[in-house]
Amino acid sequence: MAVGIGIMTSCAVYLLLRGRTFPLVLGLSMLSTAANLFILSMGRLRPGVSPIVAAGAEDYADPVPQALVLTAIVIGFGMTGFIMALAARTRHRTGSDHVDGAEPVSERRPEQGP
Amino acid sequence: MTHLLAAPIIVPALAAALLVILHRAPIEVKRAIGMGATVAVASAALAIFSETRSGTPLVYRLGDWPSPFGIVLVADHLSAFMLLLTASLALAVLLYAVQGWDTRGKLFHPLFLFQMMGLNGAFLTGDLFNLFVFFEILLIASYGLAMEGLEVEQLRATLHYAAINIAASSVFLIAVSLMYGVMGTLNMAHLAERVAEVRAEDVGLVRAAGLLLLGVFAVKAAVFPLYFWLPAAYSHAPAPVAALFAVMTKVGVYAIIRVTTLIFTGGEDGVMELTSPWLLPVALITLTFGTLGALGAQRLATMTAYLTIASIGTILTGVASGGEGLAAALYYLAHSTLIIAVLFLVADLLSRSRGAVGDQLHPGPPLRQAVPLGLAFLFGGATVAGIPPSSGFLGKLMILQSTMDGMMVIVVWVVILVTSVLTLVTCSRAGSIVLWNYIEPDQLAHDRPPRAGEWIALAALTGCSMGLVIFAAPVTHYTGEIGAQLTSPGSYIHAVLGSGQDDFIRPHAMDRVR
Repeated sequence: MAVGIGIMTSCAVYLLLRGRTFPLVLGLSMLSTAANLFILSMGRLRPGVSPIVAAGAEDYADPVPQALVLTAIVIGFGMTGFIMALAARTRHRTGSDHVDGAEPVSERRPEQGP
Repeated sequence: MTHLLAAPIIVPALAAALLVILHRAPIEVKRAIGMGATVAVASAALAIFSETRSGTPLVYRLGDWPSPFGIVLVADHLSAFMLLLTASLALAVLLYAVQGWDTRGKLFHPLFLFQMMGLNGAFLTGDLFNLFVFFEILLIASYGLAMEGLEVEQLRATLHYAAINIAASSVFLIAVSLMYGVMGTLNMAHLAERVAEVRAEDVGLVRAAGLLLLGVFAVKAAVFPLYFWLPAAYSHAPAPVAALFAVMTKVGVYAIIRVTTLIFTGGEDGVMELTSPWLLPVALITLTFGTLGALGAQRLATMTAYLTIASIGTILTGVASGGEGLAAALYYLAHSTLIIAVLFLVADLLSRSRGAVGDQLHPGPPLRQAVPLGLAFLFGGATVAGIPPSSGFLGKLMILQSTMDGMMVIVVWVVILVTSVLTLVTCSRAGSIVLWNYIEPDQLAHDRPPRAGEWIALAALTGCSMGLVIFAAPVTHYTGEIGAQLTSPGSYIHAVLGSGQDDFIRPHAMDRVR
């Protein structure tokens, strides 16, 4: 689990640093997924038990991280949706998918045609 | 149990939801609802302020669940102070916005109210996870507000701003859950108690979580080196929105003050002291870079955005020196919030009466209402630079006095005094270019001249700023009380957790994180 979260986070950071809006959105949603998995694992992973404190229960999972992760997932979805719409709009208005709204000079393709 | 504490969150939420439903209603109806809700929030803030005067923090347990299990709202001196400041700023800014700014975007009023809800919630919550939730609410409202108008520049600036803040939110979640994993609670008062009991081998984890948390707050507060999103986002946002954002960076400062005075106080052996080695240097660098940025700015709005960063640096300089410095920093926080709002609004009025030149620092056509605009700019510039007898002067003086007995005293004095002079140079340069250098107009400016309501809003903000000078004694007495309450968090913890607190520890918390 820990290794998975680590790999996911590093991929997300790589994508965030690409400077393109599509990898940016992808990286942000990956980062928030990694954060959600992290929250879940912070409540101690206990397979096979319910997160409810019932009378006479011997063993149960901590319900709080599950509540937290639900909230975090909802907020994360909202934010991802928002930034996706924003990125699409910026792409449409500036004609470039670079986050600065213009191709950097070093990556600009040579002019084609006459 | 009074439900007063929930009002600053519930009222804007309901009013904003109503406004979303009524999005086809005539603008007058929207303005009436928006204004009414803001007035209601302001009176609730005033009531909370007077209720907390006695010194006992008010606690509201949502659903009457006993803490630390339920969600709590807590209002101590600091929260009440921030609520009142936000409400006064919001009233003035909304008055300014309803003179015509609010017609540019359909959702201005609901977003404005959602932003207020997020701000008030962040100041009132007594729980780290709810702090995250309210941060998200105020951020998503601020993205919408910053893009109002949908200019290309705004979209680009908002994309950067949103991307940085969403990434920071993920880090916030990681920090919060790491805290929960080690300490088994998220209630801030409970954390304050628990942090002393953390096992030696877990100290590193808690410190890591705390530093991640402070890093996130530093992003929100635009502290060096995490401030690069701010100038573009603020200077391209509509003027009333930018003026409201003046309090948004202060949420980050508020959160830093809250966790450092409550949770990471250092304890007996000082292992939980997280801020002392770096907060003061970082604050001074922030102050320097903000001032230099303002000096190099090409537009009035950009200049003001950099001055926001500089003000954060000054406040944190006070916070870093603790004790009296905290009180001085809070006085400066109130001053800088008001004066930066004034500067954003003046920049907007100036840019509108200069036609195509806008707020760029180039000679423009003669101004129509040069004298009142000039006076307003003079007031703003002099106050932000700290010319006596302005509130900026008093605030900086108190911060300087509070750093008297530190090791870094010479560095602090030099940085604060030199940046003050540079700010003065910045404002004089901007003022002389904008107000005195005329070119013959090719075409007359067609933008609408300042309206009476806009002048009233501006006068209210300058009046509040002058009030900070005239009533300096009671205000500093009050900030002193805030500082005293913050440095001895016992009353806060007691109010939240109550006395007969059974030492319930969640079943798997406090065992080693595997």
